[in-house]
Order: sequence, then structure tokens, then C-alpha cells
Amino acid sequence: MVARVRPGPVVTPRDEVLARIRAALGGDGAAAPEAPPAAYRTSGDLHGEPLLDLLAERLAHYRASVRRSSPAGVGAAIAAALAERGARRVVVPEGLDLPPLPGVDTVIDHGLSPQDLDALDGVITGASVAIAQTGTIVLDGSPDQGRRAITLVPDYHLCVVHADQVVELVPEAVGRLEPRAGRPLTWISGPSATSDIELSRVEGVHGPRTLEVILVGSLLRDAPSGPG
Amino acid sequence: MTTYLGMPAGPPTAPRGVGHLRGSEPFPVAARRALADSQLRRNLGNATATIRAKRAAAVAELPDWEQLREAGRAIKAETMRRLDTHLLRLEAEVQARGGTVHWARDAAEANQIVTRLVRATGADSAVKVKSMVTDEIGLNDALAAAGITAYETDLAELIVQLGHDRPSHFLVPAIHRNRAEIREIFLREMADVDPALTDNPPALAEAARLHLRKIFLSARVGISGVNFAIAETGTLSVVESEGNGRMCLTLPQTLITVMGIEKVIPSWRDLGVFLQLLPRSSTAERMNPYTSMWTGVTPGDGPQEFHLVLVDNGRTAALADETGRQALHCIRCSACLNVCPVYERTGGHAYGSVYPGPIGAVLSPLLTGVEDNASLPYASSLCGACYDACPVKIDIPSLLVYLRARHVEEHREEHRVPSPEAVTMAAASWVMADPRRYAAAQRAGRSGRALSRGGRIRALPPPLSAWTRARDAPAPPARTFRQWWRESGRDRS
Repeated sequence: MVARVRPGPVVTPRDEVLARIRAALGGDGAAAPEAPPAAYRTSGDLHGEPLLDLLAERLAHYRASVRRSSPAGVGAAIAAALAERGARRVVVPEGLDLPPLPGVDTVIDHGLSPQDLDALDGVITGASVAIAQTGTIVLDGSPDQGRRAITLVPDYHLCVVHADQVVELVPEAVGRLEPRAGRPLTWISGPSATSDIELSRVEGVHGPRTLEVILVGSLLRDAPSGPG
Repeated sequence: MTTYLGMPAGPPTAPRGVGHLRGSEPFPVAARRALADSQLRRNLGNATATIRAKRAAAVAELPDWEQLREAGRAIKAETMRRLDTHLLRLEAEVQARGGTVHWARDAAEANQIVTRLVRATGADSAVKVKSMVTDEIGLNDALAAAGITAYETDLAELIVQLGHDRPSHFLVPAIHRNRAEIREIFLREMADVDPALTDNPPALAEAARLHLRKIFLSARVGISGVNFAIAETGTLSVVESEGNGRMCLTLPQTLITVMGIEKVIPSWRDLGVFLQLLPRSSTAERMNPYTSMWTGVTPGDGPQEFHLVLVDNGRTAALADETGRQALHCIRCSACLNVCPVYERTGGHAYGSVYPGPIGAVLSPLLTGVEDNASLPYASSLCGACYDACPVKIDIPSLLVYLRARHVEEHREEHRVPSPEAVTMAAASWVMADPRRYAAAQRAGRSGRALSRGGRIRALPPPLSAWTRARDAPAPPARTFRQWWRESGRDRS
């Protein structure tokens, strides 16, 4: 089919595509916007410990390792995780507050090249939001989370999530992130994976092949529970 | 249902001669060959059975799944109703954040724009995130003609590219290949591969990681598609699993993103709906491993030059069809492919277009004009499984029937000589409109019993042989219902 009627004088591809859309819609385009029905769940039922338990379970389901820690125990939990991993040189974003980690060389990121990052053993970051229902952590490029490349190139990502960052449902996370919509966001659910061979999930392709999360809350049980 | 008739010529469909929306042969011909390939049928049967079971479980976990589907449908309908407004908002927001927006009327124009943008960087290669629209417009061919190498980085897309093959599924373009075949392709095509490579999936994934690692770390240009483009904030998103998407979106200096104009969604909070619908419908996961979102250019983080190419290529022609318009709601999850009894047996290649399966059978003819994909609306048994599976409630069975009718109508309009379908339908309506004619036809039909064995007719004489080539016809009963009614009425009196 060839366009025989072109509505209005046509100058640029932009004008023409817009004119086509308006012609296709006829009078419909002038209609008032229609608010979509929001009958789906926009807030969860879980709070406190059961919410953190669900997050831990869902993270573990996608083969992320999970450690639980009290606020006072974070340093020890990080040290234990790095020691178990055998990570000696790790990159950290500028704004991440870390306790001293004996025996670990922390490299502050001031624009490391991909090749530099590839030579490091891992990365430690904070997080912006975590979603219990789906086992997802979201990074928003804040100073404690850094540039996207630092959580992408190294093969090991250790992420510290605080209890007040955890929500139950996806729409709750979307709501919390709204003010940060202009920043680069990375939603992470488990280590890198693929379903491309016979539609079966295999962990470990291009992104970090190991994801470990330290979940920080005022705990009933204080001892790190080890990899989930 | 006849809104397309009597209207002035609407927006142009996707042009011929560029891209991959049309097959070289009709569906029945391609399907017959596919059906003869027992390896293909085994591969597809295994993969789709696996994902069907997983998807059912992932969907059952959400008590508000039906409400989410309805919200998804409503958001997409609202998007289409004011598509120009949403696109202009998207353009303004992207440009305010340091991005450049380009508009392309069709595939050829989009290819020219992307080629020019890559050339301007001085690079002779680009890394690509799997993208349906760049397959649709044939971007890789256009880049190759300009001397630019496009590296597909999604594992399945890499398998297709290395195998000199065509994609056959939205989500897993190499779904027609099993692990043994993938191993053979890697051994043959990857210069740096370990000759001891096994067909264990983790080993195959590792081979892909090693093969692409250096390419990623030194790439200067990335090319991507889009899953959702948020008009309100100018934010673009790519939903993926492997991290190849993150590599392409993060490491290169220049990012070129190509999107069909229907991929825009109005507002930020709409993500709360689609980020639940898409992963559970496509990979049957609660959430896919990685989703990247970016808005224009972020100083010091990721590509410092960003281009967004908005592509029409027949979408406005689909939009102009009030009934067909809902095919543009598709979020490319592939759930309808995985539940389709026809797709499961023929695979994606038989459809000819990059958009296979039930949604492809409606979307492709809407983009190209029904004339150019006339056999696709018939590539269905109308069982309805696709509608039930669709996360945005596209009524695919009704669209298939509608496009069949549109095909018949257009054929009659344009050719004067009616098609066999039109003749058959007209004849049936003439016969059935008169009781005596109908009774006579039934009596004639009973002579068909002479052709039957075991209650089935396996081959009817021409022209009805076209029907029985693909299926048996039931043998007519010894008495018609009308005869039975007359006779039993006599008994009753």
C-alpha cells in the first residue's frame, strides 16, 4: 500500500510520523487521558522480620548468597564474606562507609577503566531499594552504590541492604524510586543467568557470577547465618 | 469490523525489500517442511513444555494477576489513544537530559540513521543487545553493507548469528536448537573456543562469556532496543538476563537505541505493572536477573553520547485499523508462542516474519498489509490459548478471524476475481439461506459416505482436496438431522 493522502504539508520524518499518528487516530487523539485501573496490589502485608525472611528466601532461590547481620555486625559480616570468597582487592564507590577490613585492599573508584575493573576480585556497594517478593535489589547510582560499570565487570558483587530499604511488592519499589527516576537504575535479581539453552535457567554469563547480599536489621538472631 | 473500508488510504505499511517481516513462501508450504523435521519438533516440544509449566506456577503465585493484566491492557490502550502526545513528551524529556532523538518513517530510514551515527564515531563495529525491532528492520545487514560489524551478544542471538540462521522466537531466538547443536556451532564458528567443549549448558554459557569478554571491554558503540520507554520521565529500560545488555548499555562511549513508536508508556508508575507482567510471562521468573534504566546521559556514568531512534515502519498503518490496533499492545513476552499448538509444531521460521507465533500472525500482516502476509491469519486453530496467556489481554483469536475477513474483503475489492475463500463463503451463505437448497446440499453430501473408511474421509475430490490435504473430514451421517426430524415427527404423531 502506498500513501496517497498525506495530511498537511510534510517536511521532516518527525512531522510525517506525527501526522500519520494523528490521521490514524482520527478524533480519538483528542480524548482526555484515561487513568488506568489500579485494582492490583500497591502495598504489601508484611513488615519487620517476616519481610526480611521473605527477601532472604527469594534471594536464595535465585542462587544469591545471603547473610543476616545486626547494624553493629556489618563490618564482621563483610570481612567474613570477603574471606570466604578469597577476595583481596575489591573496588568500592566513593561514598560507601566501610569499617576497616584488615587484609583487604579496597580500591576507591575514580573512573577505573573496564580493564582495571576486570582485574579486581569484586565490588562492595550499598543499595537503594530491595523487593522481597521478587528477590530484587535496585541500585540507583548514589554515592554508596557508584557507577554502573563497577557492579558489572567484576565477577563478585557484595551488596549491603538495610532493613528500611526493603519493600514487599514491585509497585512499592517503583513508588520509592520515582524521585530518582532520572538516575541510571539497575535492578538485580540473583547472579547473571540465561534461559537460552532449551529454556532452562543457567546461572553465570556476562554479569557477576556470584551475588552476595548482607541483610542488615535489628535481629533476633545476631550470628551471621552463612551463605543461603 | 469494516472500518478499514471506504476510508482514504491510511498511513503506509512497512515497505517491501528491506527487513524481515515477510517470508519467501506462504505459511502452509514452510510449515509442511518444518513438520517433517523431527529434531526441530523434539527441540520445540521440550522447550515449550518446560516453560509452560513454569509460567503457570509463576502466574499462580500472584493473587492479583488478573488485575495486573487488566491494568496492562488499559495502560496500553491509553498509550495508543494519545500516542502522539506521549511520544512528544518522551522526546522532550530525553533531549532535556542530553540525548538526541531521531524519527524514522520506515526500516530503510532507520537503518540509514543508525549507520550514519555509527560512522560518525569512527568505529567499525558495535555490540548489540538482542532487539526485535533491529531484526525487523534488518539493521545488521545494513551495517554489514556499510562495512560495520555488529556483534550480537545475547547468547541465543549469538547462536543464531554464528549459525548463519534466523531467529525463531522472541525470547530465545535459538529455541529451535538443542544443546548438542549449539556445541557444534560454537566449535565450528568460535576461533578461540576450547576444543574439549561439552554440551553442558553451563559450559556453553562459559564459552559465550569468554568469547565476548574482550569485545565488551573495548566496545565503543552499543546498539539496543527498548522494552519500556517512559514518556513522563524520558527513562528507557531494557529487561534481560545475562548481563550482556548491561555491558552494551554501560561500557561503550556511544549508545544508539532503536525503538518502535508503540513501546512508549505514559508514566513512571506503569512500570509497577509491566515489571510484574513481563518476567513472569516470558522466562517465568519472579523477576529477570537484570533490568537497566537510563535517562539521557549521566555525566561520569555510562555512554556520554546517546541517540534514540523512533521507528514507524507500518505501526501507524496498524494504528489506523481500530480493531487491529490492539496488536501494538504486545510487550514481546512470547507467552503466546509457548502455549500455541501450531507454533509448538512448526517453530518460528515457518511464519516468515521476525514476529512468529499467534501475535506474529496478526502483527506481521498489520505492519505489512494483509496482502503481503495473507496466509498468516490462517496459521491458527483458534483454540484461544494465546488470549488466556497474553499478559496484556490482546484478543488474538478475534484478531485472526478479523484479519481473515479483511483479507477476503480486500481481495474482493482489489481483484474483482474472488478468492477461493470468498467463493466458498458466498456459496455456503447462498445454500444455507434457503431450506430446500440446504436439504438438497445435505442429500448430496451424504454421497460422501461412499468415500469414507472408518467414519473419516481422508481425501476429497478437488477443489475440496485442499481441505483434506491437512486434515480428515468426518463422514456425513446416514440421515441428515432434517430427515431425522421429519421421520421422528411422523413417529410421534
